[in-house]
Amino acid sequence: MQRRTLLDANQFSITISRLCHQLIENHNDFSESVIIGLQPRGVFVARRIQQELQQLFPGKKIMCGDLDVTFHRDDFRRREIIIPSATALNFAIENKNVILVDDVLFTGRTIRAGMDALLDYGRPKKVELLAFVDRRYSRHLPIAPDYIGLSVDTITSEKVIVHWKETDGKDEIMLEVRS
Amino acid sequence: MSSLSSKHLLGIKNLSTEDIELIFSTADNFKEVLNRPMKKVPSLRDVTVANLFFENSTRTRLSFELAERRLSADVVNFAASSSSVSKGETLIDTVNNILAMKVDIVVMRHPNAGAALFLSRHVNASIVNAGDGAHEHPTQALLDAFSIRKKHGDIKGKKIVIVGDILHSRVALSNIYCLKKLGAEVMVCGPTTLMPKYISTLDVKVEHDLRKALEWCDVANMLRIQLERQDIKYFPSLREYMMLYGLDKKLLDSLSKKITVMHPGPINRGVEITSEVADSDQSIILQQVENGVAIRMAVLYLLAGKVN
Repeated sequence: MQRRTLLDANQFSITISRLCHQLIENHNDFSESVIIGLQPRGVFVARRIQQELQQLFPGKKIMCGDLDVTFHRDDFRRREIIIPSATALNFAIENKNVILVDDVLFTGRTIRAGMDALLDYGRPKKVELLAFVDRRYSRHLPIAPDYIGLSVDTITSEKVIVHWKETDGKDEIMLEVRS
Repeated sequence: MSSLSSKHLLGIKNLSTEDIELIFSTADNFKEVLNRPMKKVPSLRDVTVANLFFENSTRTRLSFELAERRLSADVVNFAASSSSVSKGETLIDTVNNILAMKVDIVVMRHPNAGAALFLSRHVNASIVNAGDGAHEHPTQALLDAFSIRKKHGDIKGKKIVIVGDILHSRVALSNIYCLKKLGAEVMVCGPTTLMPKYISTLDVKVEHDLRKALEWCDVANMLRIQLERQDIKYFPSLREYMMLYGLDKKLLDSLSKKITVMHPGPINRGVEITSEVADSDQSIILQQVENGVAIRMAVLYLLAGKVN
């Protein structure tokens, strides 16, 4: 098993900044928008984006929450049980612009589950998808991201791993290749 | 460990502490689901659950049924009185007929101890014991322990007393197993006539004075006097029972610390506890009911999700 760096710490922070500015272009001051990270790893992307946006808008509160999609997955009873993580949405999504955030967009099944889980909380005005890494040409469902951090072309046996300063020591994105 | 050690839930006795912790953490997630605007999740939409209640029950059956429906499962209810059992059909035949209709999980309450185990050995579905005679009632014990943990943090080291008709109580036995596995100190309190002969082999303290028991404990679980199980008279009168083993506000307030009061329900108001105690802020009886649905959802989710 070999690992190759796709994005180092410096490029990582530039990408986060660029994504934040792309979001600002469409959402202005975020007064009608909320950021929701998908458990377990999309929450790290969401929080990092929220932190940076908060610095750019010191007066405003940028709403950010965590959403767990385990109960809406389509592979229950077909594989080993997944233990759910916590959902923490301390705001209403009714009539808001939701930015759904995940770290790696691969088949799109998690996002489909995410949208179903989201609709249990109300009717958003609009839902957009922010994928930190887009594994192109791998979709099993017709799902497309609105904001992309990094696009990669991969094959099924490869794995994209995102590391975070807070939990893994440094920010980086790696590609794991089975040799 | 993301899977239960058995494909059935027959009792607490054979459940590991990992299993209990897994059920608790899954139940935490279902508690959050029950507070959403849309209280359903689609997980069990291709699962059929049969509720086989050979004994009367409103509360447990309702709780299980709600849990099943919240998981989007298909539910079939079977009540012994209005069924072929009265025509003499055996237990195995009844269940096999139901299973022939492709039922995946059977939730059963039966008046004979060991009925759930017996069933698990003869039929091809996951069995959940909703109470077998005076033996075990695992989901009640799980929701009781879960409720204590929600109120007090950790169960380890806590002192819990179970008060009442220990002899006929499956709630008591399951609670004893569960609390001991989680590291609590357990005491049973009741009249000598309602205390099982070999209770001390379960490594619990035995006390016949209610005041002493309540002064000792952090949590008191008050059991219902089971008039329907008493073929002989175990105490002179209900009033005498109430005077010696009933909990009223005066007694509760006179204790040196504020204890938590629990009751599995249904309450005989004025017998085991008074209305004032049941409705006081030290009582977590309604939280027990709320947690019951979450715990049962967790058990069904984990059993349904077990791939062979």
